[in-house]
Amino acid sequence: MIPCKDAVTRLWAYLDRTLGKAPETELEEHLGLCRHCCGELEFAKQVRGALAKTGRAGEPTDDVRSRLEAFVKGLGQPKSEG
Amino acid sequence: MIDASQRVPVETMEYEDVVRPHLDYLYSFAVRLCGNRAVAEDLVQDTLLRAFRSFARLRNRERPRLWLTRILTSAHYDRFRAEHQAKETVSLDDEHHFDLFDKIVEEDPFPYSDRVHLDFLELFDDAKIIEVLRRLHPAHRTALILAYVYGYKAREIAEITRASVGTVLARLFRARKQLERGLWEYAQSRNLIIKMEEPS
Repeated sequence: MIPCKDAVTRLWAYLDRTLGKAPETELEEHLGLCRHCCGELEFAKQVRGALAKTGRAGEPTDDVRSRLEAFVKGLGQPKSEG
Repeated sequence: MIDASQRVPVETMEYEDVVRPHLDYLYSFAVRLCGNRAVAEDLVQDTLLRAFRSFARLRNRERPRLWLTRILTSAHYDRFRAEHQAKETVSLDDEHHFDLFDKIVEEDPFPYSDRVHLDFLELFDDAKIIEVLRRLHPAHRTALILAYVYGYKAREIAEITRASVGTVLARLFRARKQLERGLWEYAQSRNLIIKMEEPS
């Protein structure tokens, strides 16, 4: 069985589904027997969830949205001479 | 009702029509990258200007979001290159050995709780997490945000950041470790957790 040190480094890749078949099988065998690494896996999911929900923090205000739309519109306008 | 076949073909769409649906996305992505709304707005304007200048050369207009993401990422990278290089030289210490899950168990910042890990994460609202992200190396921060906030795959992040997939995976690994350490150090520095008494 792979040691905990190796199992822990694979957890996020496992959740990303980017582990190869053999490393994934090794990890799943480990997780089946190791309570500590199951806790690590659960915690990794929680950290990812915390990252994902930061989506609420960056919404533009109406003022910002208006300025950006005006900026885009202005780029398409021909520059006035003089 | 407009028949889909009567819609303006993507190839002939005007710049404004292509970018306008992505303004909210660009701004929120920039806020996460910069951690500052005023700087983020400036970065988005820089991105829009760069995009406008290269719009005529854009061949694949079916994927404008990826194209705009790449320009914004590049603009951010250019803008903070000096900071980036400075941070690159900062020792990342033993980040590879830092394990937040174990650290929380060892330090036991919530002695009366039976859900210490969840309690720890609940210390962080969205603004605090963005502040921690802002302390990460810019290349690592970018990869982390693209992957776990927006759900881009490693190969897409590689395309956006013009790096190999291997480099992206390595950056994601280091980013996660930096994030773990960053969360712990932030909680300590802001006295969000009870510090263990040093034995006298």
